[in-house]
Amino acid sequence: MAGDPLIRVSGLVRVFGATRVLDGVDLEVAAGEAVALLGPNGAGKTTLLKIVSTLLRPTRGTATVCGLDCVRQAEAVRGVIDLVAHGSHVYEDLTARENLTFWANLAGWPADRDTLTAALADVDLERHADARVRTFSAGMKRRVALARVGLGHPRVLLLDEPFAGLDQRARKWLEGRLETFKAGGGALLLVTHSFGRELGLADRLAILAGGRIALDTPRAALSPEDVQRLYVGSTEEAS
Amino acid sequence: MAWKDLLTERRSKETLNSLLFFSVALLFVFQFAIGMDRERMGAVLPGLLWLAFILSGVLGLGRVFLIERENDCWEGLLLTPGDKSAIYLGKLAGSLALMLVVEVMVLTLFVVFFNLDVGPILPGLLLLRALGTLGFCAVGTLFAAMTAQVRARELLFPVLLLPVLVPVLLATVKTTEALFLHEPLTEVSHWLKLLAAADVIYLVIGLLTFDFILEG
Repeated sequence: MAGDPLIRVSGLVRVFGATRVLDGVDLEVAAGEAVALLGPNGAGKTTLLKIVSTLLRPTRGTATVCGLDCVRQAEAVRGVIDLVAHGSHVYEDLTARENLTFWANLAGWPADRDTLTAALADVDLERHADARVRTFSAGMKRRVALARVGLGHPRVLLLDEPFAGLDQRARKWLEGRLETFKAGGGALLLVTHSFGRELGLADRLAILAGGRIALDTPRAALSPEDVQRLYVGSTEEAS
Repeated sequence: MAWKDLLTERRSKETLNSLLFFSVALLFVFQFAIGMDRERMGAVLPGLLWLAFILSGVLGLGRVFLIERENDCWEGLLLTPGDKSAIYLGKLAGSLALMLVVEVMVLTLFVVFFNLDVGPILPGLLLLRALGTLGFCAVGTLFAAMTAQVRARELLFPVLLLPVLVPVLLATVKTTEALFLHEPLTEVSHWLKLLAAADVIYLVIGLLTFDFILEG
């Protein structure tokens, strides 16, 4: 059930040199809602994600998370969000437990053994807690990243191609985790290129093309073929 | 942060092994260049010793933030809530520990290669090393962060760092020279004061500006 908007993006413009990547983007993601952001390469999906996550400043417009401005209150925003991007933010030469200890200590989160063991058990990595991450599969690394995310209890989760490189079992597991996060009142903004099963997680689809949100629609009634058709229609129209 | 960096280095040994081989190669070159002429050695040894420290250090410090890039953790550090100067201090502590290990190795190799008796001047030399290395690491860690995200970082890092290190280099070389000539440290107290002042200034600048540098 969707509630108040946790992410609110309004008139967002981002220019790189002579290229206007975002050209007045408006988007809202409510509590308990997941929005999948689709778009062709270079449409600005990752740029939008980086602005919302405070990693990049917009040229114009505003982005707020939980009512906090992503530019002026960046540090406060960082306390309520987490980002799972292509890199999993894990150190390969450390064990899973050492990784969690490091990130928890740095952020000032509880880092006692029981908390970390529970976080690792939560992502089904308890047996591998003391193995070096270098020996892990892509799916296991993603799970370490999610265990780290779990420690911070974010209200907003930003995901850039979270299913990339995962096998079917890991995908199913991740879907379950994200559904639980959503059900707990968290907001999800999910960037993807895929029209596959990960869209099943989304309550709404937003198609970014030509620097703007070309289409923002509820997903429930749409089949993968409908999504494909809307995607092609929106991106062709925008170009 | 320091714990993580040192643990990672202990397991990978990437930096330490490279610096050890580099130091040995450097000492071979120095020894061939000046031979065993003790008079020439006395004149150039302080400079060569610090040159070896600095060159090894430039290689080592240049890698301080690469671990974050290689593990895709740079954004993670940025997004972690909290005071970013803690990251600077952690990185600085890790760099200091690594540099001190490298310097012990280099100094030992110097003693062996040039048949030196550093026993009587060892306390003074250790104090000087500690002060010199602190200044070097304080500014080196800052510039390593500054150049970690740029393309020509291997080139840019020493180009930016070495001119800023001039006060540290001058003070350490002059004081080491006095130590090798068995002069009392009071004779070179002005150089020691310069070194201590440079340490404080670099450390304060590092703490105050690291947040902005990390944010890019």
